[in-house]
Amino acid sequence: MNPSSMFVKLASTAFWLTPVAFYFLFPGHLLLGSQILVMALFALSLDLLLGYAGVISLGHAAFFGIGAYTAGLLAVHGWGEPISGLLAAALVAALAGLPVSFMVLRGGNLARLLITIAIATLLFEASNQATSITGGADGLQGMETWKLLGLFSFDMSGSTGYWYCFTTLLMCFLFLQRLAASPFGLSLRSIRENEHRAAAVGVPVRQRQIIAFVVSGAIAGLAGALLAQTTHFVGLEVLSLHRSSDGLLVLVLGGVGQLYGALVGASAFMLTQDALASLNPVYWEFWLGLLLVLVALFARNGILGAIDLSGRLAKRGRR
Amino acid sequence: MNPALKTEGLSKRWGAFQANQDVDLALMPGERHALIGPNGAGKTTLLNMLTGTLAPSAGQVWLGGEKVTRMPVHQRVKRGMTRTYQINSLFPGLTVRESVLLAILERESLGLRWFGKTADCLKEREEADRLLQSLRLNADADQPTRLLPYGKQRLLEIALGLATRPKVLLLDEPAAGVPIGQSAELFGIIAALPRDVTILFIEHDMNLVFRFAEQITVLVGGKVLARGTPQQIAANDEVRRIYLGESDA
Amino acid sequence: MVQFLGVLFDGLAYGSLLFLISVGLSVTLGLMNFANLAHGAFAMLGGYLSVTFMGALGVPYLATLPLAFLGAALVGGLMERLLYRRLYTESHLRQVLFTIGLVFMSMAATTYIWGSGAQAVRLPQFLQGQVQVGGIQLGIFRLFMMATIVVIAVLLGILAKYTRFGAHIRAAVENRAAAIGMGIDVERVLCITFAFGSGLAGLGGALGIQVIGLDPSFPIKYLVYFLLVVVVGGAGTFKGPLIAAAVVGVVDTAGKYYAPAAGSFTMYALMIVLLLAFPAGFYGRRS
Repeated sequence: MNPSSMFVKLASTAFWLTPVAFYFLFPGHLLLGSQILVMALFALSLDLLLGYAGVISLGHAAFFGIGAYTAGLLAVHGWGEPISGLLAAALVAALAGLPVSFMVLRGGNLARLLITIAIATLLFEASNQATSITGGADGLQGMETWKLLGLFSFDMSGSTGYWYCFTTLLMCFLFLQRLAASPFGLSLRSIRENEHRAAAVGVPVRQRQIIAFVVSGAIAGLAGALLAQTTHFVGLEVLSLHRSSDGLLVLVLGGVGQLYGALVGASAFMLTQDALASLNPVYWEFWLGLLLVLVALFARNGILGAIDLSGRLAKRGRR
Repeated sequence: MNPALKTEGLSKRWGAFQANQDVDLALMPGERHALIGPNGAGKTTLLNMLTGTLAPSAGQVWLGGEKVTRMPVHQRVKRGMTRTYQINSLFPGLTVRESVLLAILERESLGLRWFGKTADCLKEREEADRLLQSLRLNADADQPTRLLPYGKQRLLEIALGLATRPKVLLLDEPAAGVPIGQSAELFGIIAALPRDVTILFIEHDMNLVFRFAEQITVLVGGKVLARGTPQQIAANDEVRRIYLGESDA
Repeated sequence: MVQFLGVLFDGLAYGSLLFLISVGLSVTLGLMNFANLAHGAFAMLGGYLSVTFMGALGVPYLATLPLAFLGAALVGGLMERLLYRRLYTESHLRQVLFTIGLVFMSMAATTYIWGSGAQAVRLPQFLQGQVQVGGIQLGIFRLFMMATIVVIAVLLGILAKYTRFGAHIRAAVENRAAAIGMGIDVERVLCITFAFGSGLAGLGGALGIQVIGLDPSFPIKYLVYFLLVVVVGGAGTFKGPLIAAAVVGVVDTAGKYYAPAAGSFTMYALMIVLLLAFPAGFYGRRS
């Protein structure tokens, strides 16, 4: 095994050990840890859509919210089994992804973007109005998550929730990694790189994008369900523009199209947000906006891109 | 015998501008057919209509007897019609090998496979490497396309066309941007393609045209001006006037 | 019937406001294929400038309108020069991130300076109240507003058709490379157009304080409406957004009037339907 790929293997193993270390080093912050993992999963789902299929969406929270409300409603109405709730959320989100994908993929770039915003906002409004079902602006309350596998209860310490989120994230990550390395993944990348040429070598572009949309929606739904089940609450914000744009920011911050970027970006973002939590929310919104602006103007390929670049520069310097 | 590629009354207009008018074409299987004409004559527009990138305003296109006028681009590729671009249209972030492998995998209907790695598709990889070798691109197989010099990108452009194993190959100025020494070699590879492949190529280099074409169609102002064998076209006064601006009135 | 005409009138008033604000966005999009999601922030700026001049300096409302226009135009021009220009050739993703970031910044800054409450306007006496026209009550201010916007629209039409600058804009929208080749200073056209469009938006924001409200959430709240008018109307044209704005205005008003429980739901549903039916706009080019 050559040194470069050994480095990659070491780095990725170390990377996945970090959440494990976090568990032991910061036992009082497991709820935050779960939130980071949830955001990472959400950003990961967006990476499949943006980084691999090349679709820009400012409405991905729609799937996150659908997943959250599915799991939430199931629990509120008596079925609190977590894993089946998780799968149900993914299924509903995937089913929603199908018609949404048809709508979004129809127009040009701007129409697409607008439809994603419109759909997410539509769902937001609908949830807001349907107070009897969703709890409206007060949120869905009275959720009870049963014991995981009948053994581990979701208690206040948050440890069950943490490992639950971690395992789900890891499994989804491995799945997406496989997908990315497969012929299907290659066809998605080709669509992102040059949609017209992809079609001209025989790639059925729409079909692939629809599949990517549905899978991406399902995973976002999983993330939403995780949030609902571990916090026992679903608020309207799960469908908000903020949720969608945070996901996008996290992904661009970490690096688009590289899977690990979503994870790195989520960690950096959520930790910063937590550190600045005592700030007036108005301040946070301002700095968030500024961060978006700066990332847009200067962050070539996100944090991962910067690491990659410095690595390449270092190699060149050594020669 | 059915023509491999046929059009009837193919036209394209944008508002007041008529890019193509009443173009009739019929290419027999295995034919090497050149499409020539001054700049702006509508050659690339015609090509775009043949491949499905552009919808015609009027007329029909048949591919081997099947009407494909409204068929989407990728389906025409599956039916055996591939084109290459005059200005490289490649995948900047994919490596050379990945780009070619993509075309091969799609051809073999493996594009939906999500569980195995592309690195493990050995048969297809071998075919990709063989193709790259024939175009002397094998040394750059692992290079991302965007880092390749223009001439090599051009060769990759052609490789992508060949990788789909087309029955009808449409080449838009294949030699454009290729260093002089290599363009004849490139055309040699194209000419060496099996006889069951029909080739339509747009070219400005008359040497190449007269060396490789069996039939020539001359397009001027969006309309077919003349059609025939190289000898006939060379002897055609109107064509000579347009191309050589002859003043022997 | 009377009620419906009233709703129609209010809807058209609302629509005219949408048109005034969105027209700048439409032209910028047509020129540079750049979707400025922060366009609503310029409208909001105009509104708050008006409020500030009235409050702090006691300027009468009508006099603040041209100031709102100028202020927003100035800021727009500066931002185009210094920031937006850098992103014209960048990916759509970057453009989206940049403009959304600007939206958040503008909303936060506005909340910080003026608080999160809705703003109100002291209308001059002669613009208050209603007038009876053929059995229906029409708001005088709305009449005034619509009349102003119609005049502006006509002037814009004349500018586009009969002046050299208008021709430059049309040429650049049609085919930028050719326009540059003909010696048109497209960069200058862009800057002036952007500034002018932002100014119009600012004017719309100020005019609209009493009609569509003004609070820090304005840019996000109306973002979809502006984009919808531009996308469905067709970027780079005047006529398209005019019609689209009228339709959106009437439907939204009617929806809120006849089915208030559904809230904005009807509007978003219509939005989606329109986007699906007209992916390239009523008249326009693909954006």
